[in-house]
Amino acid sequence: MSKRPDGRKVDEMRDIEAKVGVIEEADGSAMFRIGNTIAVAGVYGPKKVVPRHLEDPEKAILKCYYDMYSFSVPERKRPGPDRRSIELSMVIKNALAPAIFLKEYPKTQIEVFVSIIQADAGTRCAAISAAAMALADAGIAMKDMVAAVAAGHVNGEVVIDLNKEEEDIEGTSDIPMAYMPRTKKITLLQLDGKLPNDKLKAVMELGTKSCEAVYEVEKKALKEKYTPAESE
Amino acid sequence: MSELLVNEKEIVIPGEEVAKGMDFLPSMGTFREGESVYAKKLGLLEVKQHVIRIVPLNGYYMPKRGDTIIGVITNTGFSGWTVDIGSPYDANLPVGESVRGRLELLRSDLSRYFDVGDIIVANIYNVTKSKIIQLSMREQGLRKLNGGRIITITPSKVPRLIGKSGSMIVMIKKYTNCDINVGQNGYIWVNGPLEGQYLVEKAVKLIEKEAHLSGLTDKVKEMLEKEGVKNE
Repeated sequence: MSKRPDGRKVDEMRDIEAKVGVIEEADGSAMFRIGNTIAVAGVYGPKKVVPRHLEDPEKAILKCYYDMYSFSVPERKRPGPDRRSIELSMVIKNALAPAIFLKEYPKTQIEVFVSIIQADAGTRCAAISAAAMALADAGIAMKDMVAAVAAGHVNGEVVIDLNKEEEDIEGTSDIPMAYMPRTKKITLLQLDGKLPNDKLKAVMELGTKSCEAVYEVEKKALKEKYTPAESE
Repeated sequence: MSELLVNEKEIVIPGEEVAKGMDFLPSMGTFREGESVYAKKLGLLEVKQHVIRIVPLNGYYMPKRGDTIIGVITNTGFSGWTVDIGSPYDANLPVGESVRGRLELLRSDLSRYFDVGDIIVANIYNVTKSKIIQLSMREQGLRKLNGGRIITITPSKVPRLIGKSGSMIVMIKKYTNCDINVGQNGYIWVNGPLEGQYLVEKAVKLIEKEAHLSGLTDKVKEMLEKEGVKNE
């Protein structure tokens, strides 16, 4: 079995760190780091909808903003929203919405801001995991947590959690997945590149297995915020 | 067979299974799916006989009929006032529910009774499905509060601030020489000597931070004794 560029095993994720309550002024916040990718999420609301015409009398509306900072990549990225970040904001919104009891908060909006302060592939997955923890921290009613990680196919092998180096290898495909661990439902599944037909099942199996591991990290981080040792 | 999967007073996260079997009843902050009861919010588990409840650790005030709340007038209308009650929804206070006696709406200036910025104690007498909130000030003790200012606390922590049969709030009042009025919406009205007000704020912050831990009354007492010396 060939080793991966950074010496990991095929089913080994990069080291993960999660922290809840990193933004004092937000209603809920969390940081999620996987390898060199760092995402910080802040949740505001439920609060009044602006502009008013977007208001839904039946349920809350969820707004997500994904932002990659200009210094997060080796070559300076032009700051502000671009085509990619607008699309990712939508993708993140769709990945989180099924996990929230939106009907409990009619006529309101919940805003999720995710900032990528360092990027090394897998930013959308880090963003989803950070946002899910921030939503829980904000005291919002949820059906389930959401955990996300990217699986992939590099040099003919099914691998988990690609970094930028692997992603750039010719013929690589990248499959970001978001998963709700209790209901075992997938809320995000994308494919970038080409993947042999028979490999998809293996990729998704590895993906869901790793999402479970990410979920355990999220769970620990959420509980850690309120353990006595921390609040001393 | 029904069994509880999490111990009482333990922290649970959204989507976590807290009990198996139909013998347990899901209450605030929990929901049933299939045979099991799951947590909806990040909070502390509470079990009373067979009713499972979660005391959330964060989140905005969700108005409930019958609650006594403290609000701030934000607008004067033709026949009533708009009141901020620390929730995503504004509340309405009609003239008929607050001003005694008959009054000619066309000829009277409502800001004579309550003006923008005034603080009131009121009762929630109705919350509609679409979250239109109506207040009433007809009962005894519901009035305008003169002077003072507002401190906020997470609404789910109000019971901790008041303590068992008022022990905590009585203690804070004694040490700070302040008038304190706590609304169930998490708004706290404080009036009195400035040093006392600062001390109240400090105590509230301590309760906010450590509401999930036991031995809170002793901790607050210790803090008040240490800081309160300067006032004597």
